[in-house]
Amino acid sequence: MPRTLTGLKNNIGTVIGCALILIWCLLPVAWIISLSFKSQESVTNGSPGFFPSGGGGAGWSNYADVLQDDQFRRSIINSIGISLIATILSVTLATLAAYAIARLEFKGKKFVLTTALVIAMFPVVSLVGPLFDMWRTIGIYDTWLGLIIPYMSFTLPLAIWTLSAFFREIPWEMEQAAQVDGATSWQAFRKVIVPLAAPGVFTAAILTFFFAWNDFVFGISLTSTENARPIPAALSFFVGADPFNRPASLLAAGAVVATIPIVVLVLFFQRKIVAGLTAGAVKG
Amino acid sequence: MTSVIANEAKAGNGKKDKEPTSDRSRSENRLALKLVALPLALMLLVTAFPMLRALYLSLFTYSLTAPDDRKFIGIDNYVTALTDGLFWRDTLVTVIIMIVTVAFELVIGFAFAMVMHKVIFARGVIRTSILIPYGVITVVSGFAWQFAFSNTNGFVNDWLPFIGTDFNWFAERNSSLIAIMASEIWKTTPFMSLLLLAGLAQVSEDMLEAAKVDGATWWQRLYKVILPNMRAAIMVAVLFRALDAYRIFDNIFVMTAGANGTESISFLTYRQVIEQFQLGIGSALSVLLFLSVLVVAFIIVKLFKVNLADARQEG
Repeated sequence: MPRTLTGLKNNIGTVIGCALILIWCLLPVAWIISLSFKSQESVTNGSPGFFPSGGGGAGWSNYADVLQDDQFRRSIINSIGISLIATILSVTLATLAAYAIARLEFKGKKFVLTTALVIAMFPVVSLVGPLFDMWRTIGIYDTWLGLIIPYMSFTLPLAIWTLSAFFREIPWEMEQAAQVDGATSWQAFRKVIVPLAAPGVFTAAILTFFFAWNDFVFGISLTSTENARPIPAALSFFVGADPFNRPASLLAAGAVVATIPIVVLVLFFQRKIVAGLTAGAVKG
Repeated sequence: MTSVIANEAKAGNGKKDKEPTSDRSRSENRLALKLVALPLALMLLVTAFPMLRALYLSLFTYSLTAPDDRKFIGIDNYVTALTDGLFWRDTLVTVIIMIVTVAFELVIGFAFAMVMHKVIFARGVIRTSILIPYGVITVVSGFAWQFAFSNTNGFVNDWLPFIGTDFNWFAERNSSLIAIMASEIWKTTPFMSLLLLAGLAQVSEDMLEAAKVDGATWWQRLYKVILPNMRAAIMVAVLFRALDAYRIFDNIFVMTAGANGTESISFLTYRQVIEQFQLGIGSALSVLLFLSVLVVAFIIVKLFKVNLADARQEG
Protein backbone atom coordinates (compact mmCIF):
# COMPACT_ATOMS: atom_id res chain seq x y z
CA MET A 1 0.00 0.00 0.00
CA PRO A 2 1.40 3.43 -0.83
CA ARG A 3 2.70 5.31 2.12
CA THR A 4 0.40 8.29 1.79
CA LEU A 5 -2.71 6.14 1.85
CA THR A 6 -1.73 4.47 5.13
CA GLY A 7 -0.88 7.89 6.46
CA LEU A 8 -4.29 9.16 5.47
CA LYS A 9 -5.99 6.16 7.07
CA ASN A 10 -4.04 6.74 10.28
CA ASN A 11 -4.99 10.39 10.25
CA ILE A 12 -8.67 9.62 9.85
CA GLY A 13 -8.44 7.15 12.73
CA THR A 14 -6.78 9.76 14.92
CA VAL A 15 -9.38 12.38 14.06
CA ILE A 16 -12.22 9.99 14.91
CA GLY A 17 -10.41 9.06 18.12
CA CYS A 18 -10.08 12.70 19.07
CA ALA A 19 -13.74 13.29 18.38
CA LEU A 20 -14.64 10.33 20.61
CA ILE A 21 -12.43 11.63 23.43
CA LEU A 22 -14.03 15.07 23.22
CA ILE A 23 -17.54 13.56 23.26
CA TRP A 24 -16.62 11.32 26.19
CA CYS A 25 -15.23 14.18 28.25
CA LEU A 26 -17.65 16.93 27.43
CA LEU A 27 -21.03 15.28 26.84
CA PRO A 28 -21.92 14.73 30.53
CA VAL A 29 -20.72 18.25 31.31
CA ALA A 30 -22.87 19.64 28.52
CA TRP A 31 -25.74 17.55 29.87
CA ILE A 32 -25.53 18.92 33.39
CA ILE A 33 -25.33 22.48 32.01
CA SER A 34 -28.36 21.83 29.81
CA LEU A 35 -30.23 20.33 32.75
CA SER A 36 -29.49 23.40 34.84
CA PHE A 37 -31.48 25.46 32.34
CA LYS A 38 -34.60 23.31 32.55
CA SER A 39 -37.30 24.89 34.66
CA GLN A 40 -38.19 23.25 37.96
CA GLU A 41 -41.82 22.73 36.96
CA SER A 42 -40.89 20.93 33.77
CA VAL A 43 -38.50 18.69 35.73
CA THR A 44 -41.17 17.81 38.26
CA ASN A 45 -43.63 16.98 35.48
CA GLY A 46 -40.96 15.03 33.67
CA SER A 47 -39.11 16.39 30.67
CA PRO A 48 -37.03 13.71 29.05
CA GLY A 49 -34.48 14.69 26.44
CA PHE A 50 -31.10 16.31 26.33
CA PHE A 51 -32.19 19.92 25.90
CA PRO A 52 -34.93 21.91 27.60
CA SER A 53 -37.95 21.59 25.35
CA GLY A 54 -41.51 22.80 24.95
CA GLY A 55 -41.08 26.05 26.85
CA GLY A 56 -39.40 24.19 29.72
CA GLY A 57 -36.40 26.49 29.74
CA ALA A 58 -35.65 28.42 32.89
CA GLY A 59 -33.05 30.97 31.86
CA TRP A 60 -30.75 31.82 34.75
CA SER A 61 -33.41 31.40 37.43
CA ASN A 62 -31.99 28.13 38.79
CA TYR A 63 -28.63 29.81 39.25
CA ALA A 64 -30.23 32.74 40.97
CA ASP A 65 -32.12 30.39 43.30
CA VAL A 66 -29.04 28.35 44.15
CA LEU A 67 -26.87 31.38 44.80
CA GLN A 68 -29.55 32.89 47.03
CA ASP A 69 -29.60 29.73 49.13
CA ASP A 70 -27.79 30.47 52.36
CA GLN A 71 -26.64 26.91 52.97
CA PHE A 72 -25.17 26.63 49.49
CA ARG A 73 -23.38 29.96 49.79
CA ARG A 74 -21.93 28.89 53.13
CA SER A 75 -20.77 25.62 51.65
CA ILE A 76 -18.92 27.40 48.84
CA ILE A 77 -17.09 29.53 51.40
CA ASN A 78 -16.37 26.44 53.50
CA SER A 79 -15.04 24.48 50.54
CA ILE A 80 -12.81 27.29 49.30
CA GLY A 81 -11.47 28.07 52.77
CA ILE A 82 -10.90 24.51 53.90
CA SER A 83 -9.41 23.35 50.59
CA LEU A 84 -7.04 26.33 50.35
CA ILE A 85 -5.78 26.07 53.92
CA ALA A 86 -5.33 22.31 53.68
CA THR A 87 -3.52 22.73 50.36
CA ILE A 88 -1.09 25.36 51.61
CA LEU A 89 -0.23 23.47 54.80
CA SER A 90 -0.01 20.10 53.12
CA VAL A 91 2.20 21.27 50.26
CA THR A 92 4.52 23.14 52.63
CA LEU A 93 5.06 20.05 54.75
CA ALA A 94 5.32 17.78 51.71
CA THR A 95 7.96 20.03 50.16
CA LEU A 96 10.20 19.57 53.18
CA ALA A 97 9.65 15.82 53.27
CA ALA A 98 10.11 15.41 49.52
CA TYR A 99 13.38 17.32 49.65
CA ALA A 100 14.63 14.94 52.33
CA ILE A 101 13.52 11.94 50.28
CA ALA A 102 14.92 13.09 46.97
CA ARG A 103 18.18 14.51 48.24
CA LEU A 104 19.27 13.29 51.64
CA GLU A 105 20.44 9.89 52.78
CA PHE A 106 18.71 8.86 55.97
CA LYS A 107 17.43 5.85 57.79
CA GLY A 108 13.71 5.35 57.46
CA LYS A 109 13.33 6.78 53.95
CA LYS A 110 11.69 3.56 52.79
CA PHE A 111 9.38 3.67 55.80
CA VAL A 112 8.18 7.18 54.95
CA LEU A 113 7.55 6.27 51.30
CA THR A 114 5.77 3.04 52.17
CA THR A 115 3.61 4.78 54.77
CA ALA A 116 2.67 7.43 52.21
CA LEU A 117 1.77 4.78 49.66
CA VAL A 118 -0.33 2.76 52.10
CA ILE A 119 -2.19 5.88 53.21
CA ALA A 120 -2.87 6.91 49.62
CA MET A 121 -4.62 3.55 49.20
CA PHE A 122 -6.36 3.61 52.57
CA PRO A 123 -10.11 2.91 52.59
CA VAL A 124 -11.19 6.31 53.88
CA VAL A 125 -14.53 5.09 55.20
CA SER A 126 -12.84 2.78 57.70
CA LEU A 127 -11.55 5.89 59.48
CA VAL A 128 -14.72 7.93 59.79
CA GLY A 129 -16.06 5.95 62.75
CA PRO A 130 -13.09 6.44 65.05
CA LEU A 131 -12.51 10.01 63.78
CA PHE A 132 -16.17 10.88 64.34
CA ASP A 133 -15.78 9.68 67.94
CA MET A 134 -12.40 11.37 68.51
CA TRP A 135 -13.38 14.69 66.94
CA ARG A 136 -16.48 14.89 69.14
CA THR A 137 -14.41 14.13 72.22
CA ILE A 138 -11.84 16.85 71.56
CA GLY A 139 -14.42 19.29 70.21
CA ILE A 140 -13.40 19.78 66.58
CA TYR A 141 -16.38 17.94 65.11
CA ASP A 142 -18.18 20.15 62.57
CA THR A 143 -15.36 22.71 62.37
CA TRP A 144 -12.98 23.70 59.57
CA LEU A 145 -10.07 22.27 61.54
CA GLY A 146 -11.84 18.93 61.79
CA LEU A 147 -11.76 18.66 57.99
CA ILE A 148 -8.40 20.33 57.38
CA ILE A 149 -6.54 17.73 59.43
CA PRO A 150 -7.81 14.65 57.55
CA TYR A 151 -7.47 16.45 54.19
CA MET A 152 -3.84 17.17 55.01
CA SER A 153 -3.15 13.58 56.00
CA PHE A 154 -4.66 12.24 52.83
CA THR A 155 -3.10 14.75 50.45
CA LEU A 156 0.39 14.50 51.94
CA PRO A 157 1.13 11.14 50.23
CA LEU A 158 0.12 12.49 46.82
CA ALA A 159 2.10 15.67 47.35
CA ILE A 160 5.17 13.86 48.69
CA TRP A 161 5.26 11.39 45.78
CA THR A 162 4.70 14.07 43.15
CA LEU A 163 7.23 16.45 44.65
CA SER A 164 9.96 13.90 45.21
CA ALA A 165 9.57 12.83 41.57
CA PHE A 166 9.95 16.46 40.50
CA PHE A 167 12.85 17.08 42.84
CA ARG A 168 14.81 14.20 41.39
CA GLU A 169 14.84 16.00 38.03
CA ILE A 170 16.35 19.20 39.39
CA PRO A 171 20.01 19.89 38.43
CA TRP A 172 21.49 19.23 41.82
CA GLU A 173 25.02 20.21 40.78
CA MET A 174 23.93 23.73 41.59
CA GLU A 175 23.20 22.76 45.15
CA GLN A 176 26.58 21.10 45.44
CA ALA A 177 28.21 24.20 44.00
CA ALA A 178 26.53 26.27 46.66
CA GLN A 179 27.72 23.88 49.33
CA VAL A 180 31.26 24.01 47.97
CA ASP A 181 31.02 27.77 48.29
CA GLY A 182 30.31 27.28 51.98
CA ALA A 183 26.53 27.11 52.23
CA THR A 184 25.00 24.67 54.71
CA SER A 185 22.50 22.02 53.61
CA TRP A 186 19.70 24.29 54.79
CA GLN A 187 20.96 27.38 52.96
CA ALA A 188 21.47 25.36 49.79
CA PHE A 189 17.88 24.20 50.13
CA ARG A 190 16.41 27.62 50.68
CA LYS A 191 18.40 29.77 48.28
CA VAL A 192 19.06 27.39 45.40
CA ILE A 193 16.49 24.67 45.37
CA VAL A 194 13.28 26.45 46.32
CA PRO A 195 13.24 28.67 43.20
CA LEU A 196 14.00 25.67 41.00
CA ALA A 197 11.36 23.56 42.69
CA ALA A 198 8.57 26.13 42.55
CA PRO A 199 6.86 24.73 39.41
CA GLY A 200 6.69 21.24 40.95
CA VAL A 201 5.35 22.65 44.18
CA PHE A 202 2.70 24.52 42.27
CA THR A 203 1.62 21.36 40.48
CA ALA A 204 1.40 19.45 43.74
CA ALA A 205 -0.73 22.26 45.10
CA ILE A 206 -3.24 21.99 42.24
CA LEU A 207 -3.58 18.23 42.67
CA THR A 208 -3.96 18.63 46.43
CA PHE A 209 -6.65 21.23 45.93
CA PHE A 210 -8.53 18.90 43.56
CA PHE A 211 -8.49 16.17 46.19
CA ALA A 212 -9.77 18.41 48.97
CA TRP A 213 -12.43 19.95 46.73
CA ASN A 214 -13.62 16.49 45.66
CA ASP A 215 -13.76 14.87 49.10
CA PHE A 216 -17.14 13.58 50.13
CA VAL A 217 -16.70 10.94 52.84
CA PHE A 218 -15.14 13.25 55.44
CA GLY A 219 -17.40 16.07 54.35
CA ILE A 220 -20.58 14.21 55.24
CA SER A 221 -19.23 12.31 58.25
CA LEU A 222 -17.39 14.99 60.18
CA THR A 223 -19.82 17.86 59.75
CA SER A 224 -23.45 18.30 60.73
CA THR A 225 -24.31 21.93 59.93
CA GLU A 226 -23.40 24.63 57.45
CA ASN A 227 -20.69 25.55 59.93
CA ALA A 228 -18.16 23.46 58.00
CA ARG A 229 -20.09 21.47 55.43
CA PRO A 230 -18.29 21.54 52.06
CA ILE A 231 -19.93 21.70 48.62
CA PRO A 232 -20.15 17.98 47.74
CA ALA A 233 -21.85 17.22 51.05
CA ALA A 234 -24.15 20.22 50.72
CA LEU A 235 -25.15 19.13 47.21
CA SER A 236 -25.96 15.62 48.33
CA PHE A 237 -28.10 16.88 51.21
CA PHE A 238 -29.81 19.39 48.95
CA VAL A 239 -32.82 17.10 48.61
CA GLY A 240 -36.21 16.34 49.96
CA ALA A 241 -36.94 13.11 51.75
CA ASP A 242 -37.27 11.19 48.49
CA PRO A 243 -33.90 10.40 46.95
CA PHE A 244 -35.56 9.52 43.65
CA ASN A 245 -37.32 12.80 43.16
CA ARG A 246 -34.74 15.51 43.61
CA PRO A 247 -34.97 19.12 42.44
CA ALA A 248 -32.83 18.05 39.50
CA SER A 249 -32.39 21.32 37.67
CA LEU A 250 -31.59 23.22 40.86
CA LEU A 251 -29.02 20.61 41.79
CA ALA A 252 -27.58 20.79 38.31
CA ALA A 253 -27.11 24.53 38.68
CA GLY A 254 -25.35 23.97 42.02
CA ALA A 255 -23.20 21.29 40.42
CA VAL A 256 -22.16 23.62 37.61
CA VAL A 257 -21.22 26.31 40.13
CA ALA A 258 -19.15 23.76 42.07
CA THR A 259 -17.37 22.69 38.90
CA ILE A 260 -16.38 26.17 37.70
CA PRO A 261 -13.25 26.52 39.90
CA ILE A 262 -12.00 23.13 38.66
CA VAL A 263 -12.56 24.02 35.02
CA VAL A 264 -10.75 27.34 35.51
CA LEU A 265 -7.76 25.57 37.08
CA VAL A 266 -7.72 22.98 34.30
CA LEU A 267 -7.89 25.64 31.58
CA PHE A 268 -4.97 27.59 32.99
CA PHE A 269 -2.71 24.83 34.24
CA GLN A 270 -3.43 21.87 31.95
CA ARG A 271 0.23 21.21 31.18
CA LYS A 272 1.31 21.24 34.81
CA ILE A 273 -1.51 18.98 35.93
CA VAL A 274 -0.69 16.32 33.35
CA ALA A 275 2.98 16.46 34.32
CA GLY A 276 2.09 16.14 38.00
CA LEU A 277 -0.36 13.28 37.61
CA THR A 278 2.18 11.14 35.80
CA ALA A 279 5.38 12.32 37.48
CA GLY A 280 5.05 10.08 40.50
CA ALA A 281 3.68 7.10 38.66
CA VAL A 282 6.06 6.44 35.81
CA LYS A 283 9.60 7.60 35.40
CA GLY A 284 9.69 10.26 32.73
CA MET B 1 18.26 12.14 29.70
CA THR B 2 18.21 14.50 32.63
CA SER B 3 17.07 11.74 34.90
CA VAL B 4 20.04 9.61 33.95
CA ILE B 5 22.42 12.43 34.77
CA ALA B 6 20.63 13.15 38.01
CA ASN B 7 20.82 9.51 38.99
CA GLU B 8 24.51 9.35 38.22
CA ALA B 9 25.08 12.46 40.26
CA LYS B 10 23.07 10.92 43.05
CA ALA B 11 24.96 7.65 42.88
CA GLY B 12 28.26 9.53 42.93
CA ASN B 13 27.04 11.50 45.90
CA GLY B 14 25.98 8.35 47.69
CA LYS B 15 29.46 6.92 47.31
CA LYS B 16 30.98 10.03 48.78
CA ASP B 17 28.78 9.67 51.85
CA LYS B 18 30.14 6.23 52.60
CA GLU B 19 33.65 7.68 52.93
CA PRO B 20 34.60 8.78 56.41
CA THR B 21 32.88 12.18 56.14
CA SER B 22 30.59 10.92 58.87
CA ASP B 23 29.96 14.33 60.40
CA ARG B 24 28.26 15.49 57.26
CA SER B 25 26.22 12.33 56.79
CA ARG B 26 25.14 12.42 60.42
CA SER B 27 23.96 16.01 60.13
CA GLU B 28 22.24 15.09 56.87
CA ASN B 29 20.47 12.27 58.66
CA ARG B 30 19.35 14.62 61.41
CA LEU B 31 18.10 17.27 59.00
CA ALA B 32 16.17 14.66 57.01
CA LEU B 33 14.45 13.33 60.10
CA LYS B 34 13.49 16.86 61.12
CA LEU B 35 12.01 17.52 57.68
CA VAL B 36 10.09 14.27 57.60
CA ALA B 37 8.89 14.09 61.21
CA LEU B 38 5.90 16.42 61.06
CA PRO B 39 4.32 15.11 57.83
CA LEU B 40 4.85 11.55 58.98
CA ALA B 41 3.28 12.26 62.36
CA LEU B 42 0.30 13.90 60.70
CA MET B 43 -0.25 11.02 58.31
CA LEU B 44 -0.14 8.53 61.15
CA LEU B 45 -2.31 10.65 63.46
CA VAL B 46 -5.30 10.39 61.13
CA THR B 47 -4.74 6.82 59.95
CA ALA B 48 -2.75 4.55 62.24
CA PHE B 49 -4.13 5.97 65.46
CA PRO B 50 -7.83 5.81 64.52
CA MET B 51 -7.26 2.38 63.00
CA LEU B 52 -5.84 1.11 66.30
CA ARG B 53 -8.75 2.71 68.10
CA ALA B 54 -11.15 0.98 65.70
CA LEU B 55 -9.41 -2.29 66.48
CA TYR B 56 -9.97 -1.62 70.18
CA LEU B 57 -13.58 -0.47 69.86
CA SER B 58 -14.44 -3.41 67.64
CA LEU B 59 -14.13 -5.64 70.72
CA PHE B 60 -17.04 -3.94 72.46
CA THR B 61 -20.73 -3.55 72.01
CA TYR B 62 -20.73 0.20 71.79
CA SER B 63 -23.51 2.38 70.52
CA LEU B 64 -23.34 6.17 70.63
CA THR B 65 -27.04 6.24 71.47
CA ALA B 66 -26.27 4.36 74.69
CA PRO B 67 -22.59 5.02 75.42
CA ASP B 68 -22.81 3.83 79.02
CA ASP B 69 -23.74 0.31 78.00
CA ARG B 70 -20.31 -0.30 76.52
CA LYS B 71 -19.36 -3.90 77.17
CA PHE B 72 -16.38 -6.05 76.20
CA ILE B 73 -17.47 -8.92 73.98
CA GLY B 74 -14.24 -10.13 72.36
CA ILE B 75 -14.53 -11.06 68.72
CA ASP B 76 -18.33 -11.31 68.69
CA ASN B 77 -18.65 -8.28 66.39
CA TYR B 78 -16.45 -9.98 63.83
CA VAL B 79 -18.44 -13.19 64.08
CA THR B 80 -21.66 -11.22 63.63
CA ALA B 81 -20.31 -9.41 60.57
CA LEU B 82 -18.74 -12.42 58.90
CA THR B 83 -21.75 -14.68 59.40
CA ASP B 84 -24.14 -12.05 58.07
CA GLY B 85 -25.07 -12.49 54.43
CA LEU B 86 -25.15 -8.70 54.05
CA PHE B 87 -21.40 -8.43 54.51
CA TRP B 88 -20.71 -10.98 51.80
CA ARG B 89 -23.33 -9.59 49.45
CA ASP B 90 -21.81 -6.10 49.74
CA THR B 91 -18.31 -7.47 49.29
CA LEU B 92 -19.45 -9.24 46.14
CA VAL B 93 -21.02 -6.03 44.78
CA THR B 94 -17.80 -4.15 45.54
CA VAL B 95 -15.63 -6.76 43.82
CA ILE B 96 -17.90 -6.81 40.75
CA ILE B 97 -17.77 -3.02 40.50
CA MET B 98 -13.99 -3.08 40.90
CA ILE B 99 -13.37 -5.71 38.21
CA VAL B 100 -15.83 -4.33 35.65
CA THR B 101 -14.84 -0.68 36.03
CA VAL B 102 -11.08 -1.34 35.95
CA ALA B 103 -11.43 -3.59 32.90
CA PHE B 104 -13.41 -0.95 30.98
CA GLU B 105 -11.11 1.84 32.13
CA LEU B 106 -8.05 -0.10 31.03
CA VAL B 107 -9.35 -0.79 27.52
CA ILE B 108 -10.89 2.64 26.90
CA GLY B 109 -8.04 4.41 28.68
CA PHE B 110 -5.51 2.61 26.50
CA ALA B 111 -7.39 3.55 23.33
CA PHE B 112 -7.47 7.18 24.49
CA ALA B 113 -3.77 7.07 25.30
CA MET B 114 -2.98 5.74 21.81
CA VAL B 115 -4.96 8.56 20.22
CA MET B 116 -3.35 11.21 22.43
CA HIS B 117 0.09 9.76 21.69
CA LYS B 118 -0.46 10.07 17.95
CA VAL B 119 -2.28 13.35 17.76
CA ILE B 120 -0.22 16.32 16.63
CA PHE B 121 -2.89 18.96 16.28
CA ALA B 122 -5.02 20.41 19.06
CA ARG B 123 -3.02 18.68 21.79
CA GLY B 124 -3.91 21.36 24.30
CA VAL B 125 -7.63 21.07 23.62
CA ILE B 126 -7.60 17.28 23.99
CA ARG B 127 -5.58 17.32 27.20
CA THR B 128 -7.66 20.10 28.69
CA SER B 129 -10.89 18.25 28.04
CA ILE B 130 -9.52 14.94 29.29
CA LEU B 131 -8.73 16.61 32.60
CA ILE B 132 -12.28 17.83 33.08
CA PRO B 133 -13.81 14.47 34.12
CA TYR B 134 -10.80 14.00 36.40
CA GLY B 135 -11.45 17.32 38.08
CA VAL B 136 -15.24 17.13 38.29
CA ILE B 137 -16.44 16.29 41.79
CA THR B 138 -17.54 12.65 42.05
CA VAL B 139 -20.83 13.75 43.58
CA VAL B 140 -21.51 15.96 40.56
CA SER B 141 -20.65 13.11 38.21
CA GLY B 142 -23.04 10.90 40.17
CA PHE B 143 -25.85 13.44 39.83
CA ALA B 144 -25.16 14.00 36.14
CA TRP B 145 -25.40 10.29 35.38
CA GLN B 146 -28.31 9.66 37.70
CA PHE B 147 -30.34 12.32 35.92
CA ALA B 148 -29.07 11.13 32.53
CA PHE B 149 -30.38 7.62 33.26
CA SER B 150 -33.58 8.93 34.84
CA ASN B 151 -36.71 7.91 32.96
CA THR B 152 -38.46 11.19 33.69
CA ASN B 153 -35.76 13.74 32.93
CA GLY B 154 -32.89 11.87 31.30
CA PHE B 155 -31.76 11.31 27.75
CA VAL B 156 -30.19 7.84 27.93
CA ASN B 157 -33.45 5.99 27.31
CA ASP B 158 -34.09 8.20 24.28
CA TRP B 159 -30.69 7.59 22.80
CA LEU B 160 -30.25 3.89 23.46
CA PRO B 161 -31.89 1.51 21.00
CA PHE B 162 -33.89 -1.49 22.35
CA ILE B 163 -34.73 0.34 25.56
CA GLY B 164 -38.18 1.68 26.24
CA THR B 165 -38.44 5.38 27.04
CA ASP B 166 -39.95 4.62 30.44
CA PHE B 167 -37.42 1.98 31.50
CA ASN B 168 -36.48 2.65 35.12
CA TRP B 169 -32.75 2.00 35.56
CA PHE B 170 -32.93 2.38 39.31
CA ALA B 171 -35.70 -0.13 39.91
CA GLU B 172 -33.45 -3.16 40.19
CA ARG B 173 -29.92 -4.13 40.98
CA ASN B 174 -28.15 -4.86 37.71
CA SER B 175 -29.34 -1.79 35.84
CA SER B 176 -28.62 0.38 38.90
CA LEU B 177 -25.09 -1.01 39.00
CA ILE B 178 -24.67 -0.21 35.29
CA ALA B 179 -25.59 3.42 35.98
CA ILE B 180 -23.22 3.58 38.96
CA MET B 181 -20.39 2.05 36.99
CA ALA B 182 -21.02 4.41 34.05
CA SER B 183 -20.41 7.35 36.36
CA GLU B 184 -17.34 5.74 37.90
CA ILE B 185 -15.84 4.78 34.53
CA TRP B 186 -16.55 8.18 33.01
CA LYS B 187 -14.81 10.03 35.77
CA THR B 188 -11.72 7.87 36.20
CA THR B 189 -10.85 6.74 32.65
CA PRO B 190 -9.01 10.00 31.91
CA PHE B 191 -6.70 9.42 34.87
CA MET B 192 -6.01 5.92 33.63
CA SER B 193 -5.33 7.16 30.10
CA LEU B 194 -2.85 9.77 31.32
CA LEU B 195 -0.90 7.15 33.27
CA LEU B 196 -0.90 4.88 30.21
CA LEU B 197 0.10 7.79 27.97
CA ALA B 198 3.17 8.34 30.13
CA GLY B 199 4.00 4.64 29.78
CA LEU B 200 3.42 4.76 26.04
CA ALA B 201 5.90 7.61 25.71
CA GLN B 202 8.60 5.26 26.96
CA VAL B 203 8.16 2.63 24.28
CA SER B 204 11.11 3.16 21.97
CA GLU B 205 10.18 4.42 18.51
CA ASP B 206 13.24 2.63 17.07
CA MET B 207 11.95 -0.70 18.27
CA LEU B 208 8.53 -0.03 16.73
CA GLU B 209 10.16 1.05 13.47
CA ALA B 210 12.28 -2.09 13.45
CA ALA B 211 9.21 -4.27 13.98
CA LYS B 212 7.46 -2.44 11.14
CA VAL B 213 10.43 -3.00 8.79
CA ASP B 214 10.40 -6.68 9.72
CA GLY B 215 6.81 -6.81 8.54
CA ALA B 216 4.95 -6.97 11.85
CA THR B 217 1.25 -6.12 11.57
CA TRP B 218 -0.40 -3.48 13.74
CA TRP B 219 -1.71 -6.14 16.15
CA GLN B 220 1.67 -7.85 16.36
CA ARG B 221 3.35 -4.55 17.15
CA LEU B 222 0.75 -3.89 19.83
CA TYR B 223 1.06 -7.30 21.51
CA LYS B 224 4.75 -8.03 21.01
CA VAL B 225 6.31 -4.59 21.34
CA ILE B 226 4.07 -1.96 22.90
CA LEU B 227 2.28 -3.86 25.67
CA PRO B 228 5.31 -5.76 27.05
CA ASN B 229 7.32 -2.54 27.12
CA MET B 230 4.76 -0.61 29.12
CA ARG B 231 3.96 -3.42 31.51
CA ALA B 232 5.12 -1.46 34.54
CA ALA B 233 2.91 1.51 33.72
CA ILE B 234 -0.12 -0.72 33.13
CA MET B 235 0.36 -2.56 36.39
CA VAL B 236 0.73 0.60 38.44
CA ALA B 237 -2.38 2.06 36.82
CA VAL B 238 -4.37 -1.12 37.47
CA LEU B 239 -3.25 -1.39 41.09
CA PHE B 240 -4.06 2.24 41.86
CA ARG B 241 -7.41 2.23 40.15
CA ALA B 242 -8.44 -1.15 41.56
CA LEU B 243 -7.79 -0.10 45.14
CA ASP B 244 -9.56 3.18 44.48
CA ALA B 245 -12.55 1.40 42.95
CA TYR B 246 -12.70 -0.97 45.92
CA ARG B 247 -13.53 1.92 48.24
CA ILE B 248 -16.36 3.18 45.99
CA PHE B 249 -18.76 5.23 48.05
CA ASP B 250 -19.65 8.65 46.62
CA ASN B 251 -21.41 7.44 43.49
CA ILE B 252 -23.46 4.86 45.36
CA PHE B 253 -24.43 7.34 48.05
CA VAL B 254 -25.65 9.86 45.50
CA MET B 255 -27.19 7.59 42.89
CA THR B 256 -28.99 4.83 44.79
CA ALA B 257 -28.19 5.30 48.49
CA GLY B 258 -27.57 1.56 48.52
CA ALA B 259 -31.10 0.66 47.42
CA ASN B 260 -31.84 -2.64 45.62
CA GLY B 261 -28.70 -4.33 46.87
CA THR B 262 -26.29 -1.84 45.32
CA GLU B 263 -24.53 -1.21 48.62
CA SER B 264 -20.72 -1.39 48.65
CA ILE B 265 -18.66 -2.48 51.62
CA SER B 266 -17.67 1.14 52.29
CA PHE B 267 -21.31 2.15 52.27
CA LEU B 268 -22.23 -0.60 54.74
CA THR B 269 -19.50 0.57 57.11
CA TYR B 270 -20.61 4.19 56.80
CA ARG B 271 -24.22 3.27 57.45
CA GLN B 272 -23.39 1.38 60.64
CA VAL B 273 -21.16 4.09 62.05
CA ILE B 274 -22.61 7.43 61.01
CA GLU B 275 -26.27 6.68 60.46
CA GLN B 276 -26.88 4.10 63.17
CA PHE B 277 -24.14 5.13 65.62
CA GLN B 278 -23.13 1.49 66.11
CA LEU B 279 -19.46 2.14 66.79
CA GLY B 280 -18.75 -1.40 67.99
CA ILE B 281 -19.88 -3.35 64.96
CA GLY B 282 -18.99 -0.38 62.74
CA SER B 283 -15.41 -0.53 63.98
CA ALA B 284 -15.28 -4.24 63.28
CA LEU B 285 -16.46 -3.48 59.73
CA SER B 286 -13.82 -0.75 59.44
CA VAL B 287 -11.12 -3.24 60.37
CA LEU B 288 -12.50 -5.81 57.92
CA LEU B 289 -12.65 -3.18 55.15
CA PHE B 290 -9.04 -2.27 55.78
CA LEU B 291 -7.98 -5.91 55.77
CA SER B 292 -9.87 -6.63 52.57
CA VAL B 293 -8.08 -3.73 50.83
CA LEU B 294 -4.79 -5.28 51.93
CA VAL B 295 -5.92 -8.63 50.53
CA VAL B 296 -6.90 -7.05 47.20
CA ALA B 297 -3.58 -5.22 47.01
CA PHE B 298 -1.70 -8.42 47.84
CA ILE B 299 -3.57 -10.43 45.21
CA ILE B 300 -2.92 -7.86 42.49
CA VAL B 301 0.75 -7.50 43.40
CA LYS B 302 1.25 -11.27 43.45
CA LEU B 303 -0.93 -12.02 40.44
CA PHE B 304 0.69 -9.50 38.15
CA LYS B 305 4.07 -9.45 39.88
CA VAL B 306 3.96 -5.69 40.21
CA ASN B 307 7.17 -4.22 41.46
CA LEU B 308 6.22 -0.81 42.78
CA ALA B 309 9.79 0.15 43.61
CA ASP B 310 10.81 -0.58 40.02
CA ALA B 311 7.83 1.10 38.50
CA ARG B 312 8.22 4.28 40.49
CA GLN B 313 11.98 4.15 40.29
CA GLU B 314 12.42 4.12 44.01
CA GLY B 315 15.27 2.49 45.80
